[in-house]
Amino acid sequence: MRRKGVNYSKYGYIFSIPFIIAFLIFSLYPTLYTAFIGFTDMKGVIPKQVHILDNPFGNFKDLILNNVSFKQSLVNTFVLWIANFIPQIGLALLLTAWFTNKRLNIKGQGAFKVLLYMPNIITASTIAVLFSTLFAYPMGPVNSLFHALGWSDAPIQFLQDKNTARGIVSFIQFWMWYGNTMIILIAGVMGINPALFEAAAIDGASGTQTFFRVTLPSLRTILLYSLVTSMIGGLQMFDIPQLFITPAGGPDNATLTTSVFIYGQAFKGAYMYNKAAAASMIMFLIAAVLSALLFYLMRDRGEAKLRKQLKLQQKAAKAAAKGV
Amino acid sequence: MAKIERTATVSRGINKTIIYVVCIGLALLSILPFWVMFVNATRSTAEIQSGLSLIPSTHLKTNWDVLTSKSFDPLKGFLNSFIISATSTVCAVYFSSLTAYGLVVYNWKWRQTFFTFILCVMMIPAQASAIGFYQFMYQLHWTNSFLPLILPAIAAPAIVFFMRQYLLATLSLEIVEAARIDGSGEFATFNKIIIPIMMPAVATQAIFAFVASWNNLFMPLILLTDKSKYTLPVMVSLLRGDIYKTEFGSIYMGLALTALPLFVIYFLLSRYIIAGVALGGVKE
Repeated sequence: MRRKGVNYSKYGYIFSIPFIIAFLIFSLYPTLYTAFIGFTDMKGVIPKQVHILDNPFGNFKDLILNNVSFKQSLVNTFVLWIANFIPQIGLALLLTAWFTNKRLNIKGQGAFKVLLYMPNIITASTIAVLFSTLFAYPMGPVNSLFHALGWSDAPIQFLQDKNTARGIVSFIQFWMWYGNTMIILIAGVMGINPALFEAAAIDGASGTQTFFRVTLPSLRTILLYSLVTSMIGGLQMFDIPQLFITPAGGPDNATLTTSVFIYGQAFKGAYMYNKAAAASMIMFLIAAVLSALLFYLMRDRGEAKLRKQLKLQQKAAKAAAKGV
Repeated sequence: MAKIERTATVSRGINKTIIYVVCIGLALLSILPFWVMFVNATRSTAEIQSGLSLIPSTHLKTNWDVLTSKSFDPLKGFLNSFIISATSTVCAVYFSSLTAYGLVVYNWKWRQTFFTFILCVMMIPAQASAIGFYQFMYQLHWTNSFLPLILPAIAAPAIVFFMRQYLLATLSLEIVEAARIDGSGEFATFNKIIIPIMMPAVATQAIFAFVASWNNLFMPLILLTDKSKYTLPVMVSLLRGDIYKTEFGSIYMGLALTALPLFVIYFLLSRYIIAGVALGGVKE
């Protein structure tokens, strides 16, 4: 029994050291450094003495109050995200309802899942350039198709129109992500207590009723999870808008997202590292608020679940008492 | 009664037909752009200009020659991408497993605090610290090096979180105790006994870590300026430039080459990938 005297707890620290060191060097320090740069006058390719601005919040103030492109990029990020998220969650829910409906018994679900998820795994930059080539003017595959179907008389310059460009970028995002959302939702439905569905079936609920009254309420938290992770992901939207249209940003900056803006400020033109850093910090704050929101919602969920279980137990006990 | 049942069956039959049509339509929508990409990689620019076709042609070799005659070196890009993705994947899964093991097996003072901290930093986007990261790497003369693309993988909070959940569900501490009695050191126990036990989780996370690193555009784009160091996603951006302006055949060829390895991985491992995605959602 002397072995029990050996204290192993130091290994907890030892095994966490690589993670902590890598985190401090490659994550925490760069984040603090970015925040610092946001308060300075760092710009230009050639490194020179960096000074903190006389008005430390100058970069932030300038971005929020005066910079039209930055404001436009925030609006664009939101518009592009909304325009892909609503159809994405709608279609994913519809497919989930179909695939999990035992009465419909859809065949080939495995193959459908594999194919619908496929665009998500292919390199986004490849997809961006592929779509811009498919929508090429005057002779691209999409223009050929429209012509062959008689939908257009003359070749269309898809990428010159503000709304069309936005629509296509949103569509690509939607097309890449709805399969992912669908698989997560289907897994969520699999996790629902089967007794609930049996009870609904015995009570004579139709497929639609079961979906809206049983499935959807049970999926509420997974839907929230999808919503918040998609928002944080959408905030970082970069590959598609950066490479889909040259110059990045599209007609009238219609597809300029916040990440594309940051990249453009820091690594093109005047190399305004300070402006880019300030914009990054604003993005960081938005992501932090969204993460906190996710945390709050998930925590609430545990408690709500517990309360529900207690209620169910009480009900069961009551029913049992009645039965006796 | 029988009549009502029959109409119900008929309407369900119609519904099912609609569902199959929609699903097949969506499947085609997933396949078609890639199909056009692979087919056009085999067609000459003139053929591509003359209209859409779904049947491969015979100009594969010409397109390859045109593609590689300019600054596009797909083999080099493939090699660079592979080195970065493979090493960063090994770092990510090994050190995340180690950290998760430290969190689950040992009872240390800061354990709970550390885990809460990991949860907090899980969602931080990499772009938020990119400017500071770039400046820091510039001062270290590490731009155009693969190290800043590999080493940060050692701290992968989301993988630690996943591995911890897996260990909590599968590992019994008696195995660790038994190894101790047999005289195995703590580190040896982890390498020889725990890693094999964790293999299913390691494999799942390795696939996703590899694909994420392979597809990453933002970091390589800001860090790598030397063309011989480019990864495939950065190379793709070359296809947009002026050099291939009218050479559509070779543009499609370049795109097809960058996507091909992922198609191979996907169709070999799709079962595990789909299962992994499903797991990611229910992990809450």
